[in-house]
Amino acid sequence: MTPEAIARQQAAGPAAPQIVNDFSIQVATVNGSGSQTANLVLLRSIFQTGIPVSGKNLFPSNIAGLPTWFTIRASRHGYIARRKEADILVAMNVDTAREDVESLRAGAAVVYDEPLRLDRVRDDVIFYPVPFDRIVAPVCPDARLRKLVRNMIYDGVLARLLGIDLEQMRVALGRQLGKKAKAVALNEAALRAGFDYAASSLEKRDPFAIEPMNETAGKILIDGNAAAAIGAMMAGVTVVTWYPITPSSSVCEALTGYMQAHRMDKDTGKATFAIVQAEDELSALGMALGAGWAGARSMTATSGPGISLMAEFAGLGHYAEVPTVIFDIQRAGPSTGLPTRTAQGDVLSNAVLSHGDTRHPMLLPASVGEAYEMALAAFDLAERLQTPVFVMSDLDLGMNVWMSDPFPYPEEPPDRGKRLTPDVLERIGDWGRYRDVDGDAIPWRTVPGDGMPAYFCRGSGHNDTGQYSERPGDYTSTLDRLARKLDAARTLVPPAVSDEDDQADVGIVGFGTSHWGIVESRDQLREEEDLPTSYLRLRGYPFGPEVEAFVRRYDRVYVVEQNRDGQMAALLTLDLDPALATRLRPVRHYDGLPLDARTITAAIGDQERQGGTR
Amino acid sequence: MSANVPAPAGKKLNRIGLEPSAYRGGKSTLCAGCGHNAISERIIEAFHEMGVDSQRVIKLSGIGCSSKSPAYFLGAAHGFNAVHGRMPSVATGAMLANRDLLAIGVSGDGDTGAIGIGQFVHLMRRNVPMIYIVENNGCYGLTKGQLSPTADLGSQLKNGVVNDLPPIDLCVLAMELGASFVARTFSGDKKQMSALLKGAIAHRGTAMLDIISPCVTFNDHEGSTKSYSYVKDHEEPLGEISFVPFFEEISVDYGPGEVQAVALHDGSKLLLKKLGGDYDATNRMMARRVLHESAARGEFATGLIYAEPGRPDFLGLLNVVDEPLSTLPPEKTRPGREVLDAIMAALR
Repeated sequence: MTPEAIARQQAAGPAAPQIVNDFSIQVATVNGSGSQTANLVLLRSIFQTGIPVSGKNLFPSNIAGLPTWFTIRASRHGYIARRKEADILVAMNVDTAREDVESLRAGAAVVYDEPLRLDRVRDDVIFYPVPFDRIVAPVCPDARLRKLVRNMIYDGVLARLLGIDLEQMRVALGRQLGKKAKAVALNEAALRAGFDYAASSLEKRDPFAIEPMNETAGKILIDGNAAAAIGAMMAGVTVVTWYPITPSSSVCEALTGYMQAHRMDKDTGKATFAIVQAEDELSALGMALGAGWAGARSMTATSGPGISLMAEFAGLGHYAEVPTVIFDIQRAGPSTGLPTRTAQGDVLSNAVLSHGDTRHPMLLPASVGEAYEMALAAFDLAERLQTPVFVMSDLDLGMNVWMSDPFPYPEEPPDRGKRLTPDVLERIGDWGRYRDVDGDAIPWRTVPGDGMPAYFCRGSGHNDTGQYSERPGDYTSTLDRLARKLDAARTLVPPAVSDEDDQADVGIVGFGTSHWGIVESRDQLREEEDLPTSYLRLRGYPFGPEVEAFVRRYDRVYVVEQNRDGQMAALLTLDLDPALATRLRPVRHYDGLPLDARTITAAIGDQERQGGTR
Repeated sequence: MSANVPAPAGKKLNRIGLEPSAYRGGKSTLCAGCGHNAISERIIEAFHEMGVDSQRVIKLSGIGCSSKSPAYFLGAAHGFNAVHGRMPSVATGAMLANRDLLAIGVSGDGDTGAIGIGQFVHLMRRNVPMIYIVENNGCYGLTKGQLSPTADLGSQLKNGVVNDLPPIDLCVLAMELGASFVARTFSGDKKQMSALLKGAIAHRGTAMLDIISPCVTFNDHEGSTKSYSYVKDHEEPLGEISFVPFFEEISVDYGPGEVQAVALHDGSKLLLKKLGGDYDATNRMMARRVLHESAARGEFATGLIYAEPGRPDFLGLLNVVDEPLSTLPPEKTRPGREVLDAIMAALR
């Protein structure tokens, strides 16, 4: 439903039909105030009621005291991208309250702390004043805890206003707080107090309602960083070396928790892993490469600024052919940028990270399920290709909570790649570490302690036995084989997936979290602009043949991405038949907020109109 | 190999039946007379005499003339020539992956003292089991003679440039960071270097060796404090040092109080015969004082500066299983279905 349609519905008055399971709630609070628990309880209770739901946390680069917004979108159609417009605002932050209310569209509803007197700001919005301090006092005798508990009151108010079963909220609270009985009891009392207040003192004048569905049965809720951590653990990672940076820290912190719970050796109680917090990102990647060289599955996780520091070692890993996995949970750059905002801004630099002719494979997850599966796949790929592999997540995927089907257990054993054994040595005869004996551009490798012949691993120019060489022929031969190896990766990385409409002249190409805005935008374009589109979602780099084939089928191809310079479009331009490059058109979103469908629809609609094709 | 078979003439077999030549590497491309070549020779001898299995050795380095030297010893061992100043992290990662390896890292005073100073600091803190050698000539040889951070205040380059910054004393720094084995020697002192290298092999933890190794091409002139002649004149050995491996009996008699015996992790011993003063190589405060005092006199204190064999090494702190992580099978590293099911159930 367009914002205009909703507003028309509002204007029709209290007899207007309800808007069921299709709205967004924005909670404006102060970070460090305990609102995260209340927000997740609200999210979870809607999820438990069977309605597709998403939650997006917009938090400042700060520990406590600055504004933070949490948006929950309920969508009976299954749309989980961000919606720019809030239908229901919970205004708890005195510093931003006025601006928050002013930014609403006509017909929205506001639950607010009564003393803020927000009903004076405008008259085309539905106001629900709630005296939080008066309500929390009898519920929470300990004044020190009131600040944390009072947020739960708005959960109770919303439960009553929207028709969410309070029992679902109580179950969600239990899941969120676990075994802390005292905290659970206190928060439950606050929930009930909010609910009772709304029942006795608030007349429902808004059209928004929750009704049970069955779209979330069996699904889980998890953030992308935790999903990646589970994938890494199931891949059998043994050496994890990292440096804290927002928004990637929780990858290794979650992984630490899972490993301590599930990867302690049963006989000795000792760890089947080593997790080391390095002194900086250079060291983190250096350690991961040393471990990969020595035959362990290794990884690190970081974000843009850390990636810049890792550039030199990334080049060494590429040229000396050492496997490791690097998770880049991208945030808004350049430089320190916006540490708590999302972007897809490292795509171009990671593809070529380091000086000289360097290329790296990249995996492009769009969901928490893919964060898990691609984490698993990355370790196989790194050892198969004998090179660093980048998993390109972002803050939106990594730090927000998403619905998913449960993750499948890996059925295939880990692929450790081409490790020289006595049998292979006998077959090939004279071994050289960098010798292509099978014609697939991938040599056989040995590791210290495996009883096989040793070699000297180096970042300087080398021949096919790893000896230092300045000979032009040795140098070009190595570079050519590395290029062939990367070419082989085209069919080893996850292939792109497409959904094609044979009525469509227009194609859309996207990747990562842009997916959610794109699928909703395609419906909007079809319904509102009579524009059918086909859609290809990239899942790996280098590109497989299906990518060029897709572009070839459409007159105009919109490349949707979350950076200013059209980085993925640039990579496509470098790779595709030059004649196809002119078909690519940019849709670039880069304000640091998760990509919404309306932005895509407007950009494609405008360009289609300007292009004179409509 | 039977102990009764006499060794062929001229071939000295060690306890695993290997000749010294088994420990050699490629031909050195360093300048004739370079101190680093002497160090490589001593490494070959020490590893041979200790009966080390080259298959479990990894040799690592950064970038510089010193970092080229691992190609010139232990040709049968895996090597990793990393990037400038960052060898400690690569060595740490390799030891995390396989704790059974014996790591020897070779660096220079620029590789460690300048760009690598951060990784050096944290390596000393962690006490990763490895031998860490700084081949220290006070200059950047490979890039043709610039000053390095260990060049002494007032020392002079061949072109007349005078160093006006105070030097970093890597042994003092290592002491400050809690290093468990700190030694300094000179590429020209065969006996002392041999004993220290063997002690380093026997030590479990980071064995840091600062080896003054003159650069004959760029820093061996009048005005250098790292030239052969200057070092010979200003060396102050802390004691006469010898090494007794765990597989040999001590055969020398000493009077009481003459010798300090430092017992190392594998049962070997470093014996320090005192010269004049009463140096105690297990006394941290004394070691720091002696280092500062000799530096103030413009002298180099050499020998075993400090050893703390009992300090826990990094792998012990991490509580890792005994088997090398790189060898663990999927049965040990991939949790079962029931684990994934339980994790999923908790997320519903």
